[in-house]
Amino acid sequence: MPLDPGLTGRTFDPTEPYLVSREKIGEFTAAIGADRCGDVETAPLTFPIVVAFKAMERLLADPDIGVNLRNVVHGAQRFEQTRPLHAGDVVTATLTIESVRSAAGADLIGTRTEVATTDSELVCTAFATLVHRSNPS
Amino acid sequence: MTWGVGHQFPGATYAVTRADLVRYAGASGDFNPIHWSDRVARSVGLPGVVAHGMFTLALASRALTDWIGPPRQVVSLAARFTAPIVVPDDDTGAFVTVAGVVTASDGATATIDLTVTSGGTRVLGATRAVVRC
Repeated sequence: MPLDPGLTGRTFDPTEPYLVSREKIGEFTAAIGADRCGDVETAPLTFPIVVAFKAMERLLADPDIGVNLRNVVHGAQRFEQTRPLHAGDVVTATLTIESVRSAAGADLIGTRTEVATTDSELVCTAFATLVHRSNPS
Repeated sequence: MTWGVGHQFPGATYAVTRADLVRYAGASGDFNPIHWSDRVARSVGLPGVVAHGMFTLALASRALTDWIGPPRQVVSLAARFTAPIVVPDDDTGAFVTVAGVVTASDGATATIDLTVTSGGTRVLGATRAVVRC
């Protein structure tokens, strides 16, 4: 069943506060093989996906929406960054469904996830397009 | 630092093995089994385990920050995931190549278009970064 376009504009509750640690930055940096240049405090550019993904899991877990991760393909991604995340930041991610449309038998879900500190400083906005096929062959 | 329009950054090539996908899954929290289970990947019509699109984008961002300096220089980074990278279960894996060219510059910011390929196929489309000069 196609997704309800009426989901557009829906905002999910913010994720639990997440403490960005040196260790997690180190783990992520090692996973992408990046050179830290001696800087252990600054997160790589795509690090906010760690928090944004938790917000997306909130969408996937919502029974009203009925999306299964296995049927979802990541179509597009954009990051707009105010500043990089740093060790010691405590952040939440808040996801809003910006658009829902059908194309070629799939639902395209446009999402905007704001990653902000618990002091309400917007650090990064992550825009993801999810491609959902509700009836995979 | 400023770069003129047409400036080409040196291309970078990265190997991606199954072990890298496991490490990235753990680091990112994305445990979708299409990135580690051939069985599940095939059940959804893929030829086998594929790399996370976000891992490919992270490699593109790694090249970008190698070119321009620290991540704070970046205003935005965008990409479409146009083709999956199938990662074989061997010690060699797949290879991802990232190239970049400056397509606009106004003195304050520069726009860099990235070309990201694997095995001659473009795996990311419309890949563009805006960076502070």
